[in-house]
Amino acid sequence: MTAPLLEVDGVSKRFGGFTALNRVTLHVKPGERFGLIGPNGSGKTTLINCISGALAPDGGRILFEGVDITTLAAHRRTRLGIVRTFQIPKPFSSMTVLENLHIPLEYAAHGRLHGATGREAAEILRVIGLEAKARLRPGGLTQIEMRKLELARALAARPKLLISDEAMAGLSSAEVDDILTILFRLNEEQITIIMIEHIMRAVMRFSERIVVLDAGERIAEGTPEEIVGNQAVEKAYLGE
Amino acid sequence: MPQAARTLAVGLAVVAAGVLIASLRVNPYLYFAGYVIFQYIVIATAWNILGGYAGYVNFGTPAFFALGAYTAVFLIQSIRAPLPVLILAGGLVSALLGLGIGYLTLRLRGVFFSIATLALSIVLQTMIINWEYVGGSRGLSVIRPSGPPFGSYVTFLFTVMVLLAVLAVTAARFIERSWIGRGLAALRDNEEAAECMGVPTLRLKLFATTISGFLLGVAGAPFPYYVTFVEPNSAFNLDYAVNALAMPMIGGTTSWVGPVIGAVLLGSAQQLATVTISSEMNLFIVGVVLVAFVVLAPEGILGLVRRLRGRGP
Amino acid sequence: MIAWDLLANAVIAGLLLGGFYAAVSLGVSVIFGLLDIANIAQPAFLILGSYAAYVMNSTFGFDPILTGLLFTPVFYLLGAAVYRVYYGSFERRGEESLRGLVFFFGLLFIIEVSLSLKFGVDYRLVQAGYIGKSIQFGGVGIAYRLLVPCLVGLAMTLALHLFLGRTFYGRAIMAVSQDRLALRLMGANPVQIKTVAFGIGIAAASLAGALLVTITPVIPSSDRDYIGRMFAITVLGGMGSIGGTLVAAVILGVIESLMATFYGPSWSLAVSFGILLIALAVRPAGLFGR
Repeated sequence: MTAPLLEVDGVSKRFGGFTALNRVTLHVKPGERFGLIGPNGSGKTTLINCISGALAPDGGRILFEGVDITTLAAHRRTRLGIVRTFQIPKPFSSMTVLENLHIPLEYAAHGRLHGATGREAAEILRVIGLEAKARLRPGGLTQIEMRKLELARALAARPKLLISDEAMAGLSSAEVDDILTILFRLNEEQITIIMIEHIMRAVMRFSERIVVLDAGERIAEGTPEEIVGNQAVEKAYLGE
Repeated sequence: MPQAARTLAVGLAVVAAGVLIASLRVNPYLYFAGYVIFQYIVIATAWNILGGYAGYVNFGTPAFFALGAYTAVFLIQSIRAPLPVLILAGGLVSALLGLGIGYLTLRLRGVFFSIATLALSIVLQTMIINWEYVGGSRGLSVIRPSGPPFGSYVTFLFTVMVLLAVLAVTAARFIERSWIGRGLAALRDNEEAAECMGVPTLRLKLFATTISGFLLGVAGAPFPYYVTFVEPNSAFNLDYAVNALAMPMIGGTTSWVGPVIGAVLLGSAQQLATVTISSEMNLFIVGVVLVAFVVLAPEGILGLVRRLRGRGP
Repeated sequence: MIAWDLLANAVIAGLLLGGFYAAVSLGVSVIFGLLDIANIAQPAFLILGSYAAYVMNSTFGFDPILTGLLFTPVFYLLGAAVYRVYYGSFERRGEESLRGLVFFFGLLFIIEVSLSLKFGVDYRLVQAGYIGKSIQFGGVGIAYRLLVPCLVGLAMTLALHLFLGRTFYGRAIMAVSQDRLALRLMGANPVQIKTVAFGIGIAAASLAGALLVTITPVIPSSDRDYIGRMFAITVLGGMGSIGGTLVAAVILGVIESLMATFYGPSWSLAVSFGILLIALAVRPAGLFGR
């Protein structure tokens, strides 16, 4: 039994009177492909924000490689190896695709003194399949290219844990497969991946283990097969 | 490093040219007007470090400028401190205020930040108006120290301002080309994404507001000796707020050259208009040029040049 | 017990001032609060309204507030035109935030300087039968020059409240800010709705300007006194709530009046900006809110 890479331990988050997360606990193992699902408003995004550091939880602890990171600033977590993508792509619009990658290479992967190396950025773009667009500004990219840029930029931060927040929403079936292929390949290179996704076909195919959130509570955990047959999950998705 | 050496050489050349011009003893009005233009180079460059590089629009330029000026007034009144001390102290006090508004960015983004800086300027002005020691609302006469190191006092101040402008532009150029500048550009484009890509956004913003505040205070510190009569309405003049953002906007905000171009063009045009038409008219021109540029040439003169080059053979 | 007298007078004056401040802030509540457009040129339109009333009053002897009403269609059209330029240059290209802000700042400056080119920097005031008169209640005097603007301000607040709640255009304006889907279901074009709302906001500012010149003489740079007040009231009032705007305006009016009475008038302006800073700082927003 290996020690977990990420431990979310009884994390709660409230917005005013609304409880977005209620004592959520989950563990992610090194190298795992982990699925996080739940209906809209179930607290997935809030949980991601707590893990990546955009929000501070009201209660509970978050540990990464055994170290308590609950109060660590978001950019410090990125340097430790927790990197996320955004549901709605947030590129650096004044920079070229290549320059977009220089930022995480310089700030997260190497430390600032080394500077960013263009070769490394080009290599990442090749893996993702964006090398032809390196000199373009993000404004000239298509939907799928934009998603790929999100992934490429996250990779440039040299993640140990990659959190993919609905990277496939709105994409065609072939495009979804395209992204899945990339994620599988990254996982083979020992990157642990948390996938948040509404496209069930993709999550079920990708994940080794899935946790289901509903109304801020963890309602189920298991392999894709177990989740598909779970009554509580069906209820959460279909309503009572 | 040859790069640094070249920068140093260019800087020294500009200062030397400034000293040379100061020693020519041509029409004294030229030094008087030249001082204002170089002062605007400092102001526009300082504004641009925060507004152009980091994307936080500061409407409170007069607050920082006047804080530098009034710190100088206080030190002249109390201990008759020498000019270098005034400049350093004015810069440091304004830098502190900059650090303060830096923490404001934790809660205030975009327009809310801008409105807050405007509010800050007026609160500070009210405090100065009610502070009799530095002249209150009536203002205060300041006597220049006798015997400047060379030339007349105005030519001396002119040279000092040239030196400060070189320092400010060098600092801006260094920031722009370093990892700091790249981080600021990232947070200007998208603050949340920048933070998640490892950019310490808060620290960079604090750096930008502090250095911007410092340079604005530095620009204001010699002001009492330049005008010899300081009163709140002139030190907190809204013209500084408009010029500070108009000059970079006209020149181009993404490079250190932009504010310099804008300050030289708009500054000289204003000096000319003040002499030949009226000071009100020159402000009118600034307003119209500013609006015309943001509507028609949002990338400023640098953007226009780039576009022309791109289409050329 | 003179202090009690002073206090009562200050509170009454503050309440009256509050009604007027509500009129001043209604336009910002619509344009900034509902449309989310940071029009910091708003106070310049206020002063433009003051000068319109002054010109008609000094040349033809028109009543300033009546003039203000007569001029609202002109300012409505002016506002609609400004919005069209803003939309075409910034909003449509998705560059509204910073450059749009600079655009309005430039506009503020142009209007202010134009006024000083035309009218100079002397204080301008208006004549009307009710200016200078007052009624007495015990020890408390109520000046008509404060009472009339206050009543007009309350009427404006009520009218805008009814307009937003009861008419098609009013509901569409509310929908622009809150509910895009409802807007589409209503079959309304958002740009057109925003044009109408912006025009109304500018017209409200001009009418408030007529009230301002009734209360006190104005100079072209008087606009700077109102930037902080307008935005403080709008932010405090809950960004676009008309009732909230009135409450915030009255609170600010009373606080300013008390400050002016007990500490001197030079502090009253700093109070509104100080309150604005506090209101901005405690404004509820997430870490990555606007």
